[in-house]
Amino acid sequence: MQEPRLVEVRKNVLKANDVVARDLRERFRKASVFVVSLVSSPGSGKTAFLEKILSLLHPQCRVAALVGDLATENDALRLARSQAPVKQIVTGTLCHLEAAMVQNALQGWDLNDLDLLFIENVGNLVCPSSYDLGESLRLVLMSVTEGEDKPLKYPTIFNSADVAVLTKIDLAQAVEFNEDAALANIQAVRPGMQLFKVSAKNGEGVRAFVDFLLSRTKTLRPATTV
Amino acid sequence: MHELSIAMSIVEMAEQEAQRHGGRVAAVHLKLGMLSGVVKEALLSSYEMASADTALAGSQLIVEDVPIIVYCPSCQEQRQIKSAQWFCCPECGTPTSEVVQGKELELVALEIQ
Repeated sequence: MQEPRLVEVRKNVLKANDVVARDLRERFRKASVFVVSLVSSPGSGKTAFLEKILSLLHPQCRVAALVGDLATENDALRLARSQAPVKQIVTGTLCHLEAAMVQNALQGWDLNDLDLLFIENVGNLVCPSSYDLGESLRLVLMSVTEGEDKPLKYPTIFNSADVAVLTKIDLAQAVEFNEDAALANIQAVRPGMQLFKVSAKNGEGVRAFVDFLLSRTKTLRPATTV
Repeated sequence: MHELSIAMSIVEMAEQEAQRHGGRVAAVHLKLGMLSGVVKEALLSSYEMASADTALAGSQLIVEDVPIIVYCPSCQEQRQIKSAQWFCCPECGTPTSEVVQGKELELVALEIQ
């Protein structure tokens, strides 16, 4: 029997996704759209938070949202109440969004009409970490009801994100949430990570987050108009 | 559980490469970073499923684990960390988020017979 020969390949397995993500990032840059993706476990409040942000931003800023879900269009219906353009991406059985799904969902939208685009991923703290969607900023959300050790259990997704958002802080006392421990855990897996504490229910902290986004959008502008 | 779709991508890429080189693929060598977001055990069992009924049926997936290496701004050195739960320099303790290595998900080579 012939001895096997070794053939070098050296290719990124997710190259197909990365190529689409790179194209998307370039399109976003050219159209000066700041793109924010949201990842979290199911039920941590991505949609409620986004609903609040969209309603605060919509009149003053041209915003839109893409929202991923396995089976329903419920989230898009909720977000559409803000009057901002919203599209649902139904992934079927797929547990995460891929760049090509974002690309398809953007068909029919002129990116030049947008300042900010939100992409809400499928609720999942594992799979989305491997897929670049061409976003400018990745938020990882964690609710106080989930327990303080979420970052330690899912270090890869926290590490892949740029900013952490602690949600449902109006419930912190009721669930005896240990904020210091949670913050220490976030810093352990992603030192220096910026954190926002918000409640979509009573609005606490949401304005500060929106101001942060607007400052990032503006800082992006001069660099992209070259 | 996205390992199955990743295994399918690996099979597809390996099939294309094998076609270019001719011959039967005996093994596929993969580099898998600790921060790739992919679970090795799940990938190995997914690979068996994904390669069945393809030209790669019966081939072996050989996974090389790639540890996480960070850059320590205090030591100004690259350091390997043992755990994804503690991003700090193992020598001086300085926290660091600068990942140099560990996100790999790379098809490195094929063994062709």
